[in-house]
Amino acid sequence: MTPAVRFAGVSRHFGPVRAVDNVNMEIAEGEFFAMLGPSGSGKTTCLRLIGGFDQPTAGKIEIFGVPTAGVPPYRRHVNTVFQDYALFPHLNVRDNVAYGLMVAGRPKPERYRAAEEALEMVALPGYGLRKPSELSGGQRQRVALARALVNRPRVLLLDEPLGALDLKLREAMQEELKALQRRLGITFVFVTHDQTEALSMADRVAVFNEGRIVQVGTPQDIYYRPRVPFVARFVGSSNVLPPEVTERVAGRHVHAAVRPEALRLGAEGLAATVLSTAFHGAATRVALEAEGGLRLVALLPKGVEVPQEGACVHVTWAREDLHLMTEAGA
Amino acid sequence: MHSERAPRWLKIAAGAGLAFMHLPILLIFVYAFTTEEKSYQWPPPGFTLKWFAVTWNRPDVWQALSLSLRVAAVSTAVALVLGTLCAAAVSRTRFFGREVISLMVILPIALPGIITGIALRSAFSLADIPFSFWTIVLGHATFCVVVVYNNAVARFRRISGSLIEASMDLGADGFQTFRYVILPNIATALLAGGMLAFALSFDEVIVTTFTAGQQQTLPIWMLEELVRPRQRPVTNVVAMVVVIVTFLPILGAYYLTRGTESVAGQGK
Repeated sequence: MTPAVRFAGVSRHFGPVRAVDNVNMEIAEGEFFAMLGPSGSGKTTCLRLIGGFDQPTAGKIEIFGVPTAGVPPYRRHVNTVFQDYALFPHLNVRDNVAYGLMVAGRPKPERYRAAEEALEMVALPGYGLRKPSELSGGQRQRVALARALVNRPRVLLLDEPLGALDLKLREAMQEELKALQRRLGITFVFVTHDQTEALSMADRVAVFNEGRIVQVGTPQDIYYRPRVPFVARFVGSSNVLPPEVTERVAGRHVHAAVRPEALRLGAEGLAATVLSTAFHGAATRVALEAEGGLRLVALLPKGVEVPQEGACVHVTWAREDLHLMTEAGA
Repeated sequence: MHSERAPRWLKIAAGAGLAFMHLPILLIFVYAFTTEEKSYQWPPPGFTLKWFAVTWNRPDVWQALSLSLRVAAVSTAVALVLGTLCAAAVSRTRFFGREVISLMVILPIALPGIITGIALRSAFSLADIPFSFWTIVLGHATFCVVVVYNNAVARFRRISGSLIEASMDLGADGFQTFRYVILPNIATALLAGGMLAFALSFDEVIVTTFTAGQQQTLPIWMLEELVRPRQRPVTNVVAMVVVIVTFLPILGAYYLTRGTESVAGQGK
């Protein structure tokens, strides 16, 4: 099957800055694909390259097998939900949603009907005559979504669409977006710096760092089997053991990751001092410092005895919880 | 806000200041009705409406008025196109020398009109361009562009760049984006800038004297008329017309831009 989006050796350099550096990826049709990374990692630039707002300095991008070089944004079957929503302030909600159909020359009754349907889809029926300035942040976000979907794009790009919403609304929208994507079957490409968002919504996640993709995989892959220390640290803040420590505890001279919830405090294992403890409800977070200044974090479940700050403890874990990272890299 | 009442002396001073600025204009109006035609005598020996009829029947007034209106209209149109394009370029893109260009566009309004006038006149004679309607328009456009540019550039900066990208993303080409997104968001700024430009052009004297040759715009006709010792009140009648013609657009511009502070900045 032709991938919905294909990047082949794509780079985008701004002078000496390599915003995107030799990226290769394939996004399958109907997939919910997340691009995850810290700010400045190149994920948003990749999204803009798909949307056509920016051109790659090298490499090529195909959308459903069609090369995109020289194709302007308005001729791509791709629509975008912008980070700041970019609703047209001079138009009401209905005209905002119907904008794509209006410039395509569709007759008024048709585009108003389509706009109302799209507004129903995002749970905003009857909001058509309001101005964007009269809506809350969450409502604007839905209007932006309806405006992009009304054109029936083959790929929907979402640039940190939940970033401006408060936590509760964000969680609700995560579920709604996911359900919407399942229902419509449209390929969603979603940019975020929030790892829980990426892990909970996406079918597959590409982790970006310094303009490159460092790992692509299912959320489970990314979470349990990070290939490089960056992924282990960035996604879910795993403990990363340097090669010397790994060699001592597992006999291999490579980086290794072990999740905070997998750490146990016992009578033997790695000696460490308790730096601080913090109660998190379901678990207690214990910050530790092992020899050589190695910082570790343990999440102790309810019912386990929590050590005093300053106490000397031994840290251990089940053998299968230690994930060896056989690739080199930061 | 401070809502304390101002002391009485301050009110009087403010009132006196306003009176000082505006009473002389009333004086002009009064002299339009005087029966004395050779000198401005106070108090006027009598009042008459005959100067309105006299003015109405003088072809030179009509010629000057028509020239002024045409020059103002064309200069404003030129300024609207060039000023908008320039504002778009300076506020929407980054290029080498952008700040320099921005400064050079604004410069004509800071330069004394007499220097602009002399410079244009020298340039015209050097290039062997005879004085015409278009040389006046050219002279006026130098400062009209600035007014439009200043209004438009402020508005352009408030339009979020993603609005234009959103429009393109939804299938609008460059022209449609301008027509349906940019223009509605800068329309009031352009109208205000255009009205101001029109008013500036309509009462311009200094640059015009250097670029008009033998032609007379209305303000220049008035200057010439003042040295002639007969039918003086005709000048006052015309002055009234000028005040009204320039005052209305400026008032309009004020009302149009007053309530539009929040037009284009939201959605953030």
